[in-house]
Amino acid sequence: MIKKLSVITVLFVSLASYRSYTDGWQERVSEGLVAKPDTLEWPKSFGFGRPATEKEIAAIDIDIRPDGKGLPAGQGNAVTGKAIYAAKCSACHGATGIEGPNDRLVVGDTSSVKSRRVKAIGNYWPYATTVFDYVRRAMPFNEPGSLTDEEVYSLTAYLLHANGLIDSKKVLNAKTLPQVDMPAKKYYVPDDREDGPVIR
Amino acid sequence: MMEIQKDNKFSRRKLLGGAATAAVVLVQTASGKAFQAGMTHKEIEDTTKIQGVLPGTLGTRSDFEKPVKAPSPTSSRTPLQDLYGTITPSDLHYERHHGGVPAIDPSKYELVIHGMVDKPMVFTLADLKRFPSVSRIAFLECSGNYRGANDGKIRPQDICGLTSQSEWTGVALSTLFREVGVSSKATWFLAEGGDAAVMTRSVPMTKGWKDAIIAYAQNGEAVRPEQGYPARLFLPGWEGNTSVKWIRRIEVSDQPYMTREETSKYTESVGPAKIRQFSFTMDTRSIITYPSYPASVEKGWIEIRGIAWSGRGKIVRVEVSTNAGKSWQLAALQDPVLDKSITAFRYLWNWDGEPTEIMSRAIDETGYVQPFLKQLLEARGGNMGYHFNPVTAWYLQKDGKVLFKAT
Repeated sequence: MIKKLSVITVLFVSLASYRSYTDGWQERVSEGLVAKPDTLEWPKSFGFGRPATEKEIAAIDIDIRPDGKGLPAGQGNAVTGKAIYAAKCSACHGATGIEGPNDRLVVGDTSSVKSRRVKAIGNYWPYATTVFDYVRRAMPFNEPGSLTDEEVYSLTAYLLHANGLIDSKKVLNAKTLPQVDMPAKKYYVPDDREDGPVIR
Repeated sequence: MMEIQKDNKFSRRKLLGGAATAAVVLVQTASGKAFQAGMTHKEIEDTTKIQGVLPGTLGTRSDFEKPVKAPSPTSSRTPLQDLYGTITPSDLHYERHHGGVPAIDPSKYELVIHGMVDKPMVFTLADLKRFPSVSRIAFLECSGNYRGANDGKIRPQDICGLTSQSEWTGVALSTLFREVGVSSKATWFLAEGGDAAVMTRSVPMTKGWKDAIIAYAQNGEAVRPEQGYPARLFLPGWEGNTSVKWIRRIEVSDQPYMTREETSKYTESVGPAKIRQFSFTMDTRSIITYPSYPASVEKGWIEIRGIAWSGRGKIVRVEVSTNAGKSWQLAALQDPVLDKSITAFRYLWNWDGEPTEIMSRAIDETGYVQPFLKQLLEARGGNMGYHFNPVTAWYLQKDGKVLFKAT
């Protein structure tokens, strides 16, 4: 009976994560019920997989960090971006980024607390680099990943300008884009919820 | 149809012995339709008087059972009120994706791990399957998973059907981190999907080392396309969006990337001057799935049934109230009660037929108590949004109809 129960226990334990599975294994080994964890005999490397070449990493490493790491060569401004927006974005986001039907991108008053219920770029997005990263990887919705880097710089400039964050002639490139000040950044705090009986 | 049925009346003798092979072939092909599977239920008056369906290559759901997900353009919800136990059938697992479900050829699939590592590596699906494997049962939940309805006509599926549970099998991400030689200075990694959204989320390395899985299987078979075929990240207890599906790349870093999904989405306003970010853990929650809208009940014995789960650990207690929260009783928890998993509960109740409200609240091993809606609203300065896990009440009318009620 005890043996049966222990077997059931082992079964449940094995359903938990690998780490908790390996916890307390000595007891179970001494009961003769399970093999010792194979982690003890793991080689330094299994040798599965192959080294990634710099070229193949570069081909898919498209992310942009807030400090600008990852931004490509090229540049753009809002004037050029406006035309691209009209042709490729306005059908979903409206003529001026306000009308929809999909996500609103532009908000008039970027400082109003109330307006943050509308999550547009000017009043809610904390980093300008995110606009470039997201537009390049996922937009336009019907043709994702089809824009050139120059087009993305221009569109980013147009959207930041439409939100009143940069001048219409401001040239955005790998150096200037991370420097754009975003009003919502100061509101961002990391998760402050915690375990236990606190409602947050 | 009736004619074929006649043809099909083989004698037992004919089916045995030398002639059996030919006879069976006939049964399986030409007159296969005569078997119960191809017949309407009207035609089969007595299942003991006609042979049943032969063994097949795939099982099927009974024609009488039609549980379906509730799709919208961006998600599809699990029919919680139609399910039993704690494992969600894979074809009823909720869906949430941002660029549709990609069709990825497993023979061309690759996972690249690079950044702050000694050896940037490429792993094929076959490579991933060669590593030591792990399995665990855990829930997955979208953090935008609460809806109500003023008229009360809303099902558990529509309230919080972006919750499902599976047994996930794959390789521990810690095993791959070890293989590529992650730098001790690394603090975050970026997970990127191979879908049209090229979904990206930044994840703390601590979670990666602790219990993250690159899962290639779900409930005993390959992960479903909607759930990330051929391989996905799975982060137990964390908001579903971080468990990046169709994972193609992991970049190890010393800071988060501030992607769109962790800034403009999946963050929540708390009060007038705070936007909470990287709120990964799914708070403790429960819901009564029976009785619930649109079911009707009769007075007398009712087994109140539901599910409870917590991203913080195990469920230790579920309390049920049958008098609108005036008093609470302990519900029975159905074993197994697993870490970061859906736990089934039940409470046997004799309803006197008078209108009342029933509700459940879950308590986890950290002492977290599932809050009421008004407590949550108060704590968040009146804002709704992600990570809403309120107690959900059902109003039982005198006529036995069951309606949702906000708490």
